[in-house]
Amino acid sequence: MPEYKVGPADIFADDERRIVACDDKEIGIFKLDGEFYGWHNLCPHQGGPVCTGRVMSRVLEIADAEGCTRGQQYDDSQKHIVCPWHGYEFSIKTGSHPGNARVRLRPADVFVREGQVYVRL
Amino acid sequence: MNIQTKFDANPAPIQIIDGLTDTRDVLAHARKNALKRGLADWFICDVDAHHVESISWHEVVKYIEDPVIRDNAMRFHSERTGAPPYGLNGDLGLRYTSVGGRIPHQDERREKIPDTGVHRDVELTRRAMDSIGVDNMVIFPTPMLFLGMHPQPEMEVWLTRAYNRWLIDRILSEDDRIKTLLCLPFNTPKEAERTVAEFADKKGVIGFCVPSTRYKPVHHNDYMRLYSMIEETGKPLAFHAGYHWHDPSLATVNRFIGMHALGFVWCNMVHMTNWILNGIPERFPKLKPIWVESGLAWVPFMMQRLDDQYLMRQSEAPQLKRLPSEYMRDNCWYTTQPMETTHPKALQNTLEMINAETQLLFASDWPHFDFDLPQMIYDLPYLSEQAKRNILGLNAARIFNLEPTIRKNLMY
Repeated sequence: MPEYKVGPADIFADDERRIVACDDKEIGIFKLDGEFYGWHNLCPHQGGPVCTGRVMSRVLEIADAEGCTRGQQYDDSQKHIVCPWHGYEFSIKTGSHPGNARVRLRPADVFVREGQVYVRL
Repeated sequence: MNIQTKFDANPAPIQIIDGLTDTRDVLAHARKNALKRGLADWFICDVDAHHVESISWHEVVKYIEDPVIRDNAMRFHSERTGAPPYGLNGDLGLRYTSVGGRIPHQDERREKIPDTGVHRDVELTRRAMDSIGVDNMVIFPTPMLFLGMHPQPEMEVWLTRAYNRWLIDRILSEDDRIKTLLCLPFNTPKEAERTVAEFADKKGVIGFCVPSTRYKPVHHNDYMRLYSMIEETGKPLAFHAGYHWHDPSLATVNRFIGMHALGFVWCNMVHMTNWILNGIPERFPKLKPIWVESGLAWVPFMMQRLDDQYLMRQSEAPQLKRLPSEYMRDNCWYTTQPMETTHPKALQNTLEMINAETQLLFASDWPHFDFDLPQMIYDLPYLSEQAKRNILGLNAARIFNLEPTIRKNLMY
Protein backbone atom coordinates (compact mmCIF):
# COMPACT_ATOMS: atom_id res chain seq x y z
CA MET A 1 0.00 0.00 0.00
CA PRO A 2 1.92 3.04 -1.21
CA GLU A 3 1.84 6.24 0.77
CA TYR A 4 1.81 9.65 -0.82
CA LYS A 5 2.97 12.72 1.08
CA VAL A 6 0.72 15.68 0.45
CA GLY A 7 2.43 18.33 2.62
CA PRO A 8 2.12 20.09 5.96
CA ALA A 9 -1.28 19.77 7.60
CA ASP A 10 -1.23 23.39 8.67
CA ILE A 11 -1.34 24.68 5.12
CA PHE A 12 -4.95 23.48 4.93
CA ALA A 13 -7.46 26.04 6.09
CA ASP A 14 -10.66 24.68 7.55
CA ASP A 15 -13.19 24.02 4.77
CA GLU A 16 -10.33 23.78 2.27
CA ARG A 17 -10.25 21.20 -0.50
CA ARG A 18 -7.28 20.11 -2.56
CA ILE A 19 -7.13 17.56 -5.35
CA VAL A 20 -3.86 15.65 -5.53
CA ALA A 21 -2.48 13.21 -8.09
CA CYS A 22 -1.18 9.95 -6.66
CA ASP A 23 0.35 8.40 -9.76
CA ASP A 24 -2.67 7.79 -12.01
CA LYS A 25 -5.29 8.35 -9.30
CA GLU A 26 -6.75 11.67 -8.24
CA ILE A 27 -7.77 12.09 -4.63
CA GLY A 28 -9.83 14.91 -3.19
CA ILE A 29 -8.69 15.89 0.31
CA PHE A 30 -11.15 17.91 2.36
CA LYS A 31 -10.55 19.54 5.72
CA LEU A 32 -13.81 20.00 7.56
CA ASP A 33 -14.34 20.82 11.25
CA GLY A 34 -10.67 20.13 11.89
CA GLU A 35 -10.71 16.63 10.35
CA PHE A 36 -9.36 15.36 7.04
CA TYR A 37 -11.46 13.32 4.61
CA GLY A 38 -10.28 11.73 1.37
CA TRP A 39 -12.31 10.57 -1.63
CA HIS A 40 -11.38 9.34 -5.07
CA ASN A 41 -12.13 11.99 -7.65
CA LEU A 42 -14.51 9.70 -9.52
CA CYS A 43 -18.26 10.05 -9.31
CA PRO A 44 -20.01 6.65 -9.00
CA HIS A 45 -22.59 7.91 -11.49
CA GLN A 46 -20.63 8.38 -14.73
CA GLY A 47 -17.04 8.81 -13.52
CA GLY A 48 -17.11 12.60 -13.34
CA PRO A 49 -14.54 14.68 -11.44
CA VAL A 50 -16.74 14.86 -8.37
CA CYS A 51 -14.23 16.45 -6.01
CA THR A 52 -13.77 19.51 -8.26
CA GLY A 53 -17.37 20.66 -7.86
CA ARG A 54 -19.04 23.16 -5.59
CA VAL A 55 -19.19 22.60 -1.85
CA MET A 56 -22.74 23.27 -0.71
CA SER A 57 -24.65 22.81 2.51
CA ARG A 58 -27.36 20.18 2.50
CA VAL A 59 -30.78 21.56 1.60
CA LEU A 60 -33.62 20.74 3.96
CA GLU A 61 -37.36 21.22 3.77
CA ILE A 62 -38.91 20.83 7.18
CA ALA A 63 -42.55 19.87 7.60
CA ASP A 64 -44.12 21.30 10.76
CA ALA A 65 -46.42 19.48 13.19
CA GLU A 66 -49.35 19.98 10.82
CA GLY A 67 -47.39 18.54 7.90
CA CYS A 68 -47.02 21.94 6.27
CA THR A 69 -43.81 23.35 4.85
CA ARG A 70 -42.59 26.93 4.82
CA GLY A 71 -39.81 26.71 2.29
CA GLN A 72 -36.28 25.39 2.30
CA GLN A 73 -33.18 25.99 4.39
CA TYR A 74 -29.52 25.07 4.50
CA ASP A 75 -28.09 22.74 7.12
CA ASP A 76 -24.59 24.17 7.46
CA SER A 77 -23.52 21.25 9.64
CA GLN A 78 -23.77 18.95 6.62
CA LYS A 79 -21.46 19.91 3.80
CA HIS A 80 -21.78 18.27 0.40
CA ILE A 81 -19.47 18.03 -2.54
CA VAL A 82 -21.49 18.35 -5.77
CA CYS A 83 -20.26 16.61 -8.90
CA PRO A 84 -20.01 19.31 -11.57
CA TRP A 85 -21.03 16.92 -14.34
CA HIS A 86 -24.58 16.06 -13.28
CA GLY A 87 -25.12 17.44 -9.79
CA TYR A 88 -24.85 14.23 -7.75
CA GLU A 89 -24.24 15.36 -4.15
CA PHE A 90 -22.28 13.52 -1.48
CA SER A 91 -21.65 14.15 2.21
CA ILE A 92 -18.02 15.16 2.61
CA LYS A 93 -17.88 13.34 5.94
CA THR A 94 -19.55 10.05 4.96
CA GLY A 95 -19.25 9.97 1.15
CA SER A 96 -22.91 8.98 0.83
CA HIS A 97 -25.52 10.45 -1.49
CA PRO A 98 -28.14 12.13 0.72
CA GLY A 99 -30.99 10.59 -1.25
CA ASN A 100 -29.61 7.08 -1.64
CA ALA A 101 -26.97 5.91 0.82
CA ARG A 102 -26.06 3.01 -1.48
CA VAL A 103 -24.57 5.53 -3.91
CA ARG A 104 -21.21 6.32 -2.34
CA LEU A 105 -17.86 7.85 -3.09
CA ARG A 106 -14.84 5.58 -2.95
CA PRO A 107 -12.83 6.41 0.18
CA ALA A 108 -9.12 7.14 0.27
CA ASP A 109 -7.17 6.79 3.49
CA VAL A 110 -6.02 10.28 4.41
CA PHE A 111 -4.20 10.85 7.70
CA VAL A 112 -1.80 13.18 9.47
CA ARG A 113 1.53 11.95 10.83
CA GLU A 114 4.08 14.20 12.42
CA GLY A 115 2.36 17.27 11.04
CA GLN A 116 2.26 15.98 7.46
CA VAL A 117 -0.80 14.91 5.47
CA TYR A 118 -0.55 11.55 3.73
CA VAL A 119 -2.73 9.51 1.38
CA ARG A 120 -2.45 5.76 1.58
CA LEU A 121 -3.87 3.79 -1.36
CA MET B 1 2.59 -6.62 6.77
CA ASN B 2 2.22 -4.29 3.80
CA ILE B 3 5.32 -2.64 2.51
CA GLN B 4 4.73 1.07 2.22
CA THR B 5 6.43 2.94 -0.54
CA LYS B 6 6.57 6.69 -0.11
CA PHE B 7 5.86 9.13 -2.93
CA ASP B 8 4.98 12.77 -3.22
CA ALA B 9 1.40 13.62 -4.13
CA ASN B 10 1.36 16.48 -6.60
CA PRO B 11 -1.49 18.94 -7.04
CA ALA B 12 -3.88 17.69 -9.71
CA PRO B 13 -4.08 19.94 -12.78
CA ILE B 14 -7.75 20.78 -12.24
CA GLN B 15 -8.69 21.85 -8.72
CA ILE B 16 -12.11 23.40 -9.33
CA ILE B 17 -14.50 23.23 -12.26
CA ASP B 18 -16.59 26.32 -12.86
CA GLY B 19 -18.04 28.30 -15.75
CA LEU B 20 -14.56 29.44 -16.82
CA THR B 21 -13.10 25.93 -17.11
CA ASP B 22 -12.08 24.75 -20.56
CA THR B 23 -14.47 22.12 -21.99
CA ARG B 24 -11.51 19.76 -22.42
CA ASP B 25 -10.77 20.00 -18.71
CA VAL B 26 -14.41 19.61 -17.71
CA LEU B 27 -14.57 16.45 -19.80
CA ALA B 28 -11.05 15.13 -19.12
CA HIS B 29 -12.47 12.08 -17.36
CA ALA B 30 -14.74 11.36 -20.34
CA ARG B 31 -11.76 11.31 -22.67
CA LYS B 32 -9.82 9.08 -20.29
CA ASN B 33 -12.77 6.70 -20.00
CA ALA B 34 -13.16 6.53 -23.78
CA LEU B 35 -9.46 5.74 -24.24
CA LYS B 36 -9.59 3.12 -21.50
CA ARG B 37 -12.40 1.34 -23.31
CA GLY B 38 -10.66 1.44 -26.67
CA LEU B 39 -13.30 3.74 -28.20
CA ALA B 40 -10.68 5.73 -30.12
CA ASP B 41 -11.12 3.24 -32.96
CA TRP B 42 -14.91 3.06 -32.88
CA PHE B 43 -17.01 5.27 -35.14
CA ILE B 44 -19.24 7.24 -32.81
CA CYS B 45 -21.93 9.68 -33.87
CA ASP B 46 -23.59 11.92 -31.31
CA VAL B 47 -27.07 12.55 -32.67
CA ASP B 48 -28.09 15.23 -30.17
CA ALA B 49 -25.81 17.89 -28.74
CA HIS B 50 -26.39 21.60 -28.35
CA HIS B 51 -24.90 24.98 -28.80
CA VAL B 52 -26.24 28.13 -27.20
CA GLU B 53 -27.33 30.18 -30.16
CA SER B 54 -28.58 33.05 -28.03
CA ILE B 55 -24.95 34.03 -27.26
CA SER B 56 -24.54 34.68 -30.99
CA TRP B 57 -27.99 36.18 -31.40
CA HIS B 58 -26.63 39.58 -32.43
CA GLU B 59 -25.15 37.74 -35.44
CA VAL B 60 -28.25 35.66 -36.14
CA VAL B 61 -30.59 38.65 -36.33
CA LYS B 62 -28.58 40.02 -39.24
CA TYR B 63 -29.85 37.03 -41.23
CA ILE B 64 -33.55 37.95 -40.73
CA GLU B 65 -34.88 38.54 -44.23
CA ASP B 66 -37.79 40.81 -43.38
CA PRO B 67 -36.10 44.25 -43.50
CA VAL B 68 -38.30 45.82 -40.84
CA ILE B 69 -37.98 42.99 -38.31
CA ARG B 70 -34.25 42.74 -39.02
CA ASP B 71 -33.86 46.46 -38.42
CA ASN B 72 -35.90 46.28 -35.20
CA ALA B 73 -33.86 43.35 -33.94
CA MET B 74 -30.48 44.87 -34.74
CA ARG B 75 -31.45 48.18 -33.14
CA PHE B 76 -32.71 46.33 -30.07
CA HIS B 77 -29.36 44.56 -29.68
CA SER B 78 -27.26 47.65 -30.30
CA GLU B 79 -29.16 50.04 -28.06
CA ARG B 80 -30.13 47.93 -25.04
CA THR B 81 -27.52 46.93 -22.50
CA GLY B 82 -27.86 43.29 -21.52
CA ALA B 83 -30.69 42.80 -23.99
CA PRO B 84 -32.26 39.31 -24.04
CA PRO B 85 -32.25 37.66 -27.47
CA TYR B 86 -34.71 39.51 -29.70
CA GLY B 87 -37.85 37.55 -30.43
CA LEU B 88 -37.04 34.42 -28.42
CA ASN B 89 -39.66 33.19 -25.98
CA GLY B 90 -37.59 30.63 -24.03
CA ASP B 91 -39.32 28.86 -21.17
CA LEU B 92 -38.73 30.12 -17.63
CA GLY B 93 -37.43 26.68 -16.70
CA LEU B 94 -34.24 27.56 -18.58
CA ARG B 95 -33.24 29.63 -15.53
CA TYR B 96 -33.17 26.60 -13.26
CA THR B 97 -31.33 24.03 -15.33
CA SER B 98 -27.96 24.31 -13.52
CA VAL B 99 -29.59 23.47 -10.15
CA GLY B 100 -28.63 26.78 -8.65
CA GLY B 101 -25.14 26.76 -10.16
CA ARG B 102 -24.29 23.24 -9.05
CA ILE B 103 -23.73 22.18 -12.68
CA PRO B 104 -21.65 25.05 -14.09
CA HIS B 105 -21.41 23.93 -17.74
CA GLN B 106 -25.21 24.10 -17.97
CA ASP B 107 -24.98 27.84 -17.45
CA GLU B 108 -23.05 30.03 -19.82
CA ARG B 109 -19.61 28.68 -20.68
CA ARG B 110 -17.09 31.48 -20.43
CA GLU B 111 -13.90 29.62 -21.27
CA LYS B 112 -11.29 31.35 -23.37
CA ILE B 113 -11.51 30.84 -27.11
CA PRO B 114 -8.47 32.02 -29.09
CA ASP B 115 -9.25 34.00 -32.20
CA THR B 116 -8.39 31.43 -34.86
CA GLY B 117 -10.90 32.65 -37.37
CA VAL B 118 -13.46 29.93 -36.73
CA HIS B 119 -16.66 30.66 -34.90
CA ARG B 120 -16.73 30.21 -31.11
CA ASP B 121 -19.39 27.51 -31.42
CA VAL B 122 -17.24 25.54 -33.87
CA GLU B 123 -14.33 25.59 -31.46
CA LEU B 124 -16.52 24.61 -28.51
CA THR B 125 -18.07 21.77 -30.51
CA ARG B 126 -14.63 20.51 -31.55
CA ARG B 127 -13.50 20.51 -27.93
CA ALA B 128 -16.58 18.54 -26.94
CA MET B 129 -16.23 16.02 -29.79
CA ASP B 130 -12.59 15.28 -28.98
CA SER B 131 -13.33 14.92 -25.28
CA ILE B 132 -16.51 12.86 -25.38
CA GLY B 133 -14.95 10.86 -28.20
CA VAL B 134 -17.32 11.32 -31.12
CA ASP B 135 -16.54 11.59 -34.80
CA ASN B 136 -19.67 13.47 -35.85
CA MET B 137 -21.80 15.66 -33.64
CA VAL B 138 -25.32 16.76 -34.53
CA ILE B 139 -26.00 20.13 -32.98
CA PHE B 140 -29.33 21.68 -32.12
CA PRO B 141 -30.11 25.14 -30.78
CA THR B 142 -31.32 25.66 -27.21
CA PRO B 143 -33.88 28.45 -26.46
CA MET B 144 -35.04 28.33 -30.06
CA LEU B 145 -36.60 24.96 -29.32
CA PHE B 146 -39.46 26.85 -27.67
CA LEU B 147 -40.36 28.90 -30.75
CA GLY B 148 -43.30 26.62 -31.51
CA MET B 149 -45.06 28.29 -28.57
CA HIS B 150 -44.43 31.84 -29.76
CA PRO B 151 -47.65 33.86 -29.96
CA GLN B 152 -46.54 35.18 -33.35
CA PRO B 153 -46.24 32.29 -35.83
CA GLU B 154 -44.45 34.72 -38.13
CA MET B 155 -41.70 35.08 -35.55
CA GLU B 156 -41.05 31.34 -35.69
CA VAL B 157 -40.69 31.65 -39.46
CA TRP B 158 -38.45 34.73 -39.37
CA LEU B 159 -36.15 33.51 -36.64
CA THR B 160 -35.93 29.86 -37.68
CA ARG B 161 -35.06 30.88 -41.20
CA ALA B 162 -32.47 33.40 -39.99
CA TYR B 163 -30.94 30.84 -37.65
CA ASN B 164 -30.81 28.16 -40.33
CA ARG B 165 -29.08 30.48 -42.79
CA TRP B 166 -26.63 31.63 -40.11
CA LEU B 167 -25.94 28.05 -39.01
CA ILE B 168 -25.21 26.89 -42.55
CA ASP B 169 -23.08 29.95 -43.24
CA ARG B 170 -21.09 30.29 -40.02
CA ILE B 171 -20.99 26.86 -38.37
CA LEU B 172 -21.67 23.96 -40.73
CA SER B 173 -19.43 25.36 -43.43
CA GLU B 174 -16.45 25.44 -41.04
CA ASP B 175 -16.19 21.78 -40.07
CA ASP B 176 -17.77 18.79 -41.78
CA ARG B 177 -17.70 16.78 -38.55
CA ILE B 178 -20.49 19.08 -37.32
CA LYS B 179 -23.96 18.23 -38.62
CA THR B 180 -27.51 19.35 -37.97
CA LEU B 181 -31.10 18.26 -38.33
CA LEU B 182 -32.40 21.56 -39.57
CA CYS B 183 -35.21 23.14 -37.56
CA LEU B 184 -38.51 23.55 -39.37
CA PRO B 185 -40.96 26.41 -38.69
CA PHE B 186 -43.57 23.72 -38.27
CA ASN B 187 -46.47 26.00 -37.30
CA THR B 188 -46.43 27.30 -40.88
CA PRO B 189 -46.39 24.21 -43.13
CA LYS B 190 -45.64 26.04 -46.38
CA GLU B 191 -42.57 27.64 -44.82
CA ALA B 192 -41.47 24.27 -43.50
CA GLU B 193 -41.72 22.93 -47.06
CA ARG B 194 -39.68 25.88 -48.30
CA THR B 195 -36.99 25.06 -45.72
CA VAL B 196 -36.73 21.51 -47.03
CA ALA B 197 -36.70 22.61 -50.65
CA GLU B 198 -33.99 25.22 -50.15
CA PHE B 199 -31.68 23.69 -47.59
CA ALA B 200 -31.86 19.89 -47.93
CA ASP B 201 -28.65 19.75 -49.92
CA LYS B 202 -26.61 22.21 -47.88
CA LYS B 203 -23.37 21.00 -46.29
CA GLY B 204 -23.97 19.45 -42.89
CA VAL B 205 -27.78 19.19 -43.20
CA ILE B 206 -28.42 15.48 -42.65
CA GLY B 207 -32.11 15.71 -41.79
CA PHE B 208 -34.82 17.91 -40.36
CA CYS B 209 -36.27 18.63 -36.97
CA VAL B 210 -39.63 19.49 -35.52
CA PRO B 211 -39.06 21.08 -32.12
CA SER B 212 -41.78 19.12 -30.35
CA THR B 213 -43.00 21.80 -27.96
CA ARG B 214 -46.07 23.08 -29.77
CA TYR B 215 -49.82 22.58 -30.12
CA LYS B 216 -49.98 21.33 -33.69
CA PRO B 217 -51.43 17.98 -34.76
CA VAL B 218 -48.67 16.15 -36.62
CA HIS B 219 -51.29 14.18 -38.54
CA HIS B 220 -53.04 17.21 -40.07
CA ASN B 221 -53.40 17.08 -43.83
CA ASP B 222 -51.45 20.32 -44.05
CA TYR B 223 -48.27 18.36 -43.27
CA MET B 224 -48.60 15.56 -45.80
CA ARG B 225 -46.76 17.39 -48.56
CA LEU B 226 -43.97 18.21 -46.13
CA TYR B 227 -43.62 14.56 -45.12
CA SER B 228 -43.63 13.52 -48.75
CA MET B 229 -40.85 15.99 -49.53
CA ILE B 230 -38.74 14.84 -46.58
CA GLU B 231 -39.32 11.19 -47.46
CA GLU B 232 -38.10 11.94 -50.96
CA THR B 233 -34.86 13.46 -49.64
CA GLY B 234 -34.18 10.18 -47.81
CA LYS B 235 -33.24 12.19 -44.72
CA PRO B 236 -34.77 11.56 -41.29
CA LEU B 237 -37.19 13.79 -39.43
CA ALA B 238 -36.47 14.29 -35.74
CA PHE B 239 -38.98 15.25 -33.09
CA HIS B 240 -36.76 17.01 -30.58
CA ALA B 241 -38.49 17.12 -27.20
CA GLY B 242 -38.71 20.12 -24.94
CA TYR B 243 -40.79 21.27 -22.02
CA HIS B 244 -43.39 23.98 -21.62
CA TRP B 245 -44.11 24.78 -18.02
CA HIS B 246 -47.21 26.73 -18.94
CA ASP B 247 -48.80 23.68 -20.51
CA PRO B 248 -52.11 23.15 -18.65
CA SER B 249 -51.14 19.55 -17.93
CA LEU B 250 -48.21 20.83 -15.83
CA ALA B 251 -50.14 23.54 -14.05
CA THR B 252 -49.77 21.96 -10.61
CA VAL B 253 -46.16 20.82 -10.94
CA ASN B 254 -44.12 23.15 -8.73
CA ARG B 255 -40.61 21.77 -9.07
CA PHE B 256 -38.35 21.97 -12.09
CA ILE B 257 -37.36 18.32 -11.61
CA GLY B 258 -40.99 17.24 -11.95
CA MET B 259 -41.79 19.57 -14.81
CA HIS B 260 -38.66 18.49 -16.70
CA ALA B 261 -39.22 14.78 -16.05
CA LEU B 262 -42.75 14.95 -17.44
CA GLY B 263 -42.53 17.78 -19.96
CA PHE B 264 -39.60 16.40 -21.92
CA VAL B 265 -41.53 13.20 -22.55
CA TRP B 266 -45.12 14.40 -22.72
CA CYS B 267 -44.75 16.37 -25.95
CA ASN B 268 -43.32 13.35 -27.77
CA MET B 269 -45.89 10.98 -26.25
CA VAL B 270 -48.64 13.13 -27.75
CA HIS B 271 -46.95 13.39 -31.14
CA MET B 272 -46.12 9.68 -31.20
CA THR B 273 -49.71 8.76 -30.37
CA ASN B 274 -51.02 10.87 -33.23
CA TRP B 275 -48.25 9.72 -35.57
CA ILE B 276 -49.05 6.05 -35.07
CA LEU B 277 -52.85 6.06 -34.70
CA ASN B 278 -53.26 8.18 -37.81
CA GLY B 279 -51.20 5.73 -39.80
CA ILE B 280 -48.39 8.08 -40.86
CA PRO B 281 -45.96 5.11 -41.10
CA GLU B 282 -48.39 3.45 -43.54
CA ARG B 283 -48.68 6.59 -45.63
CA PHE B 284 -44.94 7.34 -45.67
CA PRO B 285 -43.23 4.00 -45.11
CA LYS B 286 -39.78 5.30 -46.01
CA LEU B 287 -39.98 8.35 -43.77
CA LYS B 288 -37.65 7.92 -40.79
CA PRO B 289 -38.84 9.66 -37.62
CA ILE B 290 -36.36 9.93 -34.74
CA TRP B 291 -37.66 10.60 -31.24
CA VAL B 292 -35.05 12.75 -29.58
CA GLU B 293 -34.27 13.60 -25.95
CA SER B 294 -37.20 11.96 -24.24
CA GLY B 295 -35.08 9.13 -22.87
CA LEU B 296 -36.32 5.58 -23.44
CA ALA B 297 -38.48 4.50 -20.52
CA TRP B 298 -41.62 6.02 -22.02
CA VAL B 299 -41.47 3.79 -25.09
CA PRO B 300 -42.40 0.42 -23.49
CA PHE B 301 -45.26 2.13 -21.67
CA MET B 302 -46.62 3.57 -24.91
CA MET B 303 -46.19 0.31 -26.76
CA GLN B 304 -48.17 -1.62 -24.18
CA ARG B 305 -50.82 1.03 -23.71
CA LEU B 306 -51.51 1.63 -27.39
CA ASP B 307 -51.47 -2.08 -28.27
CA ASP B 308 -53.92 -2.88 -25.52
CA GLN B 309 -56.37 -0.16 -26.51
CA TYR B 310 -55.94 -0.73 -30.25
CA LEU B 311 -57.04 -4.35 -30.11
CA MET B 312 -60.32 -3.26 -28.52
CA ARG B 313 -60.91 -0.26 -30.80
CA GLN B 314 -59.29 -1.13 -34.14
CA SER B 315 -62.01 0.71 -36.05
CA GLU B 316 -60.75 4.01 -34.61
CA ALA B 317 -57.33 3.50 -36.20
CA PRO B 318 -58.25 1.77 -39.45
CA GLN B 319 -55.07 2.64 -41.35
CA LEU B 320 -52.99 0.38 -39.15
CA LYS B 321 -52.11 -3.07 -40.42
CA ARG B 322 -49.97 -4.03 -37.49
CA LEU B 323 -49.83 -3.36 -33.79
CA PRO B 324 -48.83 0.16 -32.74
CA SER B 325 -45.79 -1.30 -31.00
CA GLU B 326 -44.65 -2.85 -34.26
CA TYR B 327 -44.65 0.52 -35.99
CA MET B 328 -42.86 1.98 -32.98
CA ARG B 329 -40.25 -0.75 -33.23
CA ASP B 330 -39.78 -1.03 -36.98
CA ASN B 331 -40.59 2.44 -38.31
CA CYS B 332 -39.17 4.65 -35.55
CA TRP B 333 -35.70 5.45 -34.29
CA TYR B 334 -34.77 6.72 -30.85
CA THR B 335 -31.88 8.60 -29.31
CA THR B 336 -30.47 7.29 -26.06
CA GLN B 337 -30.30 10.34 -23.84
CA PRO B 338 -31.23 10.82 -21.03
CA MET B 339 -30.99 7.06 -20.70
CA GLU B 340 -32.70 5.83 -17.53
CA THR B 341 -30.26 3.45 -15.83
CA THR B 342 -31.42 3.03 -12.24
CA HIS B 343 -33.45 -0.10 -13.03
CA PRO B 344 -31.11 -2.20 -15.20
CA LYS B 345 -33.61 -4.96 -16.01
CA ALA B 346 -36.16 -2.41 -17.19
CA LEU B 347 -33.55 -0.83 -19.45
CA GLN B 348 -32.59 -4.20 -20.89
CA ASN B 349 -36.23 -4.94 -21.59
CA THR B 350 -36.64 -1.54 -23.22
CA LEU B 351 -33.69 -2.08 -25.53
CA GLU B 352 -35.15 -5.43 -26.60
CA MET B 353 -38.61 -3.94 -27.20
CA ILE B 354 -37.33 -1.17 -29.47
CA ASN B 355 -34.86 -3.47 -31.26
CA ALA B 356 -32.02 -1.24 -30.15
CA GLU B 357 -29.50 -3.01 -32.32
CA THR B 358 -30.94 -1.29 -35.38
CA GLN B 359 -33.19 1.51 -34.04
CA LEU B 360 -31.21 3.18 -31.28
CA LEU B 361 -28.83 6.11 -31.80
CA PHE B 362 -26.35 7.40 -29.25
CA ALA B 363 -26.85 10.99 -28.08
CA SER B 364 -24.96 12.95 -25.43
CA ASP B 365 -27.04 16.13 -25.15
CA TRP B 366 -23.83 17.89 -24.14
CA PRO B 367 -23.62 20.47 -22.54
CA HIS B 368 -26.91 20.00 -20.73
CA PHE B 369 -27.18 18.90 -17.12
CA ASP B 370 -28.26 15.33 -17.90
CA PHE B 371 -25.69 14.59 -20.62
CA ASP B 372 -24.62 11.01 -21.30
CA LEU B 373 -21.36 9.47 -22.51
CA PRO B 374 -20.60 6.63 -24.97
CA GLN B 375 -19.35 4.51 -22.06
CA MET B 376 -22.95 4.09 -20.92
CA ILE B 377 -23.66 1.97 -23.98
CA TYR B 378 -20.24 0.31 -24.01
CA ASP B 379 -20.61 -0.83 -20.40
CA LEU B 380 -23.98 -2.58 -20.83
CA PRO B 381 -23.09 -6.23 -20.18
CA TYR B 382 -25.84 -7.85 -22.22
CA LEU B 383 -25.23 -6.17 -25.58
CA SER B 384 -23.01 -7.76 -28.22
CA GLU B 385 -20.06 -5.74 -29.48
CA GLN B 386 -21.83 -5.35 -32.82
CA ALA B 387 -24.94 -3.99 -31.09
CA LYS B 388 -22.80 -1.49 -29.19
CA ARG B 389 -21.05 -0.39 -32.36
CA ASN B 390 -24.41 0.00 -34.09
CA ILE B 391 -25.92 2.09 -31.32
CA LEU B 392 -22.85 4.26 -30.88
CA GLY B 393 -22.40 5.07 -34.55
CA LEU B 394 -23.22 2.58 -37.28
CA ASN B 395 -27.01 2.96 -37.03
CA ALA B 396 -26.53 6.71 -37.47
CA ALA B 397 -24.16 6.15 -40.38
CA ARG B 398 -26.83 4.04 -42.04
CA ILE B 399 -29.86 6.30 -41.62
CA PHE B 400 -27.96 9.56 -42.21
CA ASN B 401 -25.85 8.13 -45.02
CA LEU B 402 -22.62 9.11 -43.24
CA GLU B 403 -19.22 7.66 -43.98
CA PRO B 404 -18.27 5.87 -40.72
CA THR B 405 -14.77 7.30 -40.69
CA ILE B 406 -12.80 7.89 -37.50
CA ARG B 407 -12.30 11.65 -37.23
CA LYS B 408 -11.90 12.25 -33.53
CA ASN B 409 -8.64 13.06 -31.84
CA LEU B 410 -8.70 11.67 -28.34
CA MET B 411 -4.93 11.97 -28.03
CA TYR B 412 -4.65 15.77 -27.89
